[in-house]
Amino acid sequence: MNNSNQDVIKSNSQLLQKEMISRNYDRITSGQFKVSSTFVPGNLNELLMCFDIANNLPEINAIQNAMRKKSGDFITEAERSGHSEDVCTYVKADIGMMEKGNIAPNGKPFPDPDMLLLSYTGCFTFLKWFELLREQYKCPTVMLHVPYAADGKVTKNMRDYIVTQLKEEVIPTMEKISGIKFDIDRLREYLRKSAQAENDLVWMLEQSKHKPSPIDCYFGGVYYMGPIFTAFRGTDEAIVYYKLLREEIQQRIDLGLCAQTPEGDMSEEKYRLVVEGPPNWTSFREFWKMFYEMGAVVVASSYTKVGGVYDYDNFRHDPDHPLESLADYCLGVYTNRNLPTRVDMLARNVKEYEADGLLINSIKSCNSFSAGQLVMMREIEKLTGKPGAFIETDLVDPRYFSAANVKNRLESYFQMIDQKRRAGGSATVAV
Amino acid sequence: MRTFIGIDLGSTTTKAVLMDENRQVLGRGITNSRSNYDVAAKVSKQESKIAARFTLFKNALGSGGGAELLLADLERNFRLEQFLSELNQLEATCYRYLDHERFKDLKGPLREALETVFKTITVEAPTIYAPGAERKSDFFRDIAGSRFMNLAESVGKQAGLSFDVLLNVYDKSIIDIESQVSSDETVSAQLLNGLARAMGEVAGLDISKADAQKALESVLGQELEETYVVGTGYGRVRLPFPKEHIRSEILCHGLGAHMMFPRTRTVLDIGGQDTKGIQVDENGIVVNFQMNDRCAAGCGRYLGYIADEMNIGLHELGPIAMKATKATRINSTCTVFAGAELRDRMAMGENRADILAGLHRAIMLRAMSIISRSGGVTEEFTFTGGVAKNEAAVKELRQLIFENYGEKTINISAESIYTGALGGASFAHSAGN
Repeated sequence: MNNSNQDVIKSNSQLLQKEMISRNYDRITSGQFKVSSTFVPGNLNELLMCFDIANNLPEINAIQNAMRKKSGDFITEAERSGHSEDVCTYVKADIGMMEKGNIAPNGKPFPDPDMLLLSYTGCFTFLKWFELLREQYKCPTVMLHVPYAADGKVTKNMRDYIVTQLKEEVIPTMEKISGIKFDIDRLREYLRKSAQAENDLVWMLEQSKHKPSPIDCYFGGVYYMGPIFTAFRGTDEAIVYYKLLREEIQQRIDLGLCAQTPEGDMSEEKYRLVVEGPPNWTSFREFWKMFYEMGAVVVASSYTKVGGVYDYDNFRHDPDHPLESLADYCLGVYTNRNLPTRVDMLARNVKEYEADGLLINSIKSCNSFSAGQLVMMREIEKLTGKPGAFIETDLVDPRYFSAANVKNRLESYFQMIDQKRRAGGSATVAV
Repeated sequence: MRTFIGIDLGSTTTKAVLMDENRQVLGRGITNSRSNYDVAAKVSKQESKIAARFTLFKNALGSGGGAELLLADLERNFRLEQFLSELNQLEATCYRYLDHERFKDLKGPLREALETVFKTITVEAPTIYAPGAERKSDFFRDIAGSRFMNLAESVGKQAGLSFDVLLNVYDKSIIDIESQVSSDETVSAQLLNGLARAMGEVAGLDISKADAQKALESVLGQELEETYVVGTGYGRVRLPFPKEHIRSEILCHGLGAHMMFPRTRTVLDIGGQDTKGIQVDENGIVVNFQMNDRCAAGCGRYLGYIADEMNIGLHELGPIAMKATKATRINSTCTVFAGAELRDRMAMGENRADILAGLHRAIMLRAMSIISRSGGVTEEFTFTGGVAKNEAAVKELRQLIFENYGEKTINISAESIYTGALGGASFAHSAGN
């Protein structure tokens, strides 16, 4: 299953995904398609596909640039043009990339977008980000306002409000830009395919309940969730990808393997964690290594729900209620959920995945994730009786990753778990 | 005898605690971390063994009969012996460097100047270690360095030599000296020499010279077997022993504080580069912790920077701040901004003591934020780390704890700098048994 001749050990599904991403960049930069920039959480990929519009995701570009060690220069460039140090680093990486020629990872320049599709799903910065891009590109900007699920519940009013916007604003704009008439049956077909891939995605997420877990659901998880949260939901490619992934994971379970890492399979699973918050991308490998070399595997993470939540309330795209299901998808995005729901979600993860505790990676420049995290941690500790820990890094700004600091906290946390295990119920043993 | 050692490698100092099988602390050792953790670990370990030998010697002498006086004098004389021995090595090393290309042309005059300098320091040494003499630091580098600087400037001037050249020879040589670790034999000889001096100095002892020497020789003959050594602190991964001998300093500080004050539930540790708020349970097990993030604002190093900016010693900061009549408001604990704020306040004519009081308050405000994020103060509170020695910092802390959490017991041990190493030694004890 593994291609061990490479420096980084990658599974076939990872290699397939790499090809898929690269094909999408070729599509975006080909000049043959209209292009929309849009955000990952609650993205409307199936709808864009109905108009043959290519989907370009600036957050993913920022991540790609961070993993290629380019984001630092882009951020500095954006700061030179007046963006403050505290602004979301995804934004600055994007702005900096534009200022440095707007070159896509395939080496070709990104075309100017034909539209900006702004699904507002809990991140206020998205609004400001596209405001900046609108100023730059002077292209049509359509905003889908998704009401915040402040009471933890989605109401009919909320859903109707979104459907109305889709009908009255989003779809007409797409029709106008693409010159293609909206065909709801085409959408239904895509949504059917989405649901099929989504079933396999959820199956994947749940496999880390095994002991040992065959997968890492944070570091590995960001690869596994890639196609569903980007330009592939609704495609046959995604179905094939998740089928392949499922087979690979099944094989790992049959062989009793621990999670896969870039250096091969973990030899021993010592700690099972639930992680809240996005990973750091600039030192992704180094960060991951701090976990697997200590025998820690992430069995569930909120970040693998960032594009949309499928497992918590069993959401699937529904071809029978196409626009309503798009609305529900947007409403259910993780960052659009209120704190009690996030607490419940994570506490359930800790219990159901039999984790040793919750680790929060708090992101310096991401308030939509970070606000309230410490309160969440305390709550989850209370609900589960398991210790929590808190580390701080950033998304794509290499200056805000202090390896020594993070490692120190992680090692302390792992040793704290050890100490608790050793102490067991005893009230007299100190170490 | 079997011993268990914890070594805490800090960014500024490296500490070691040595305990026996009954978890009794026999000795503590400290040295500057000198950007060479291997050596720092070895030196601090040797120092803890020296301290252990003192303890064992003390036990052998028993109390009364002038034993306390003898021990105090022995320690003083031992330090003098140690100093003179290192000074000799430093001198010899300096001379060796004179053969280098860079100094060759001036070799004669430089040697002459250096001889004068070292001769003077050697003569001064007994005064440095005289009874009751105050030293700003106990580290050889600091004591020898400050004397060298003072003397080299005037001696060099008289000889028409540049101060920089003399300083350069010193800088090169001190690094070599600092990377040496005294052998057990050297230490034994120094202790015996120290005892000989002490026996000559202390009057009215009930112990005979022969008995004292016999007792010391017996202590020196006892092997202090390193049964298990645990390393902690930022340099822990550099320690020359396996992974399972390494513990996080958060856990070590939590456990160390618990051992010093068993009712402790909250620990604040302010070290050179980080500030930690730790919550422990009734067994000293860490249940929660928070620490500063990437930025070391408000940590011990910040005080060092401020001291440099004000051109005063780190030890002087607290006492000066204690003379304040009010605390000047300082907003930033950012080391970079603080320099600017400091100069700004000085320019505005603010009193130096008041500004320093404000700076100490700013540090403690930041520490309070970390404490509250770790879970606050509910029961007994223990303050550890180098900054716990600073009386102005402690004063601000007491005030802020009272304002935020009401009347709480605040523990500060005189040995608080050894908290992490003590926790480490206890981990070593558990692992080795």
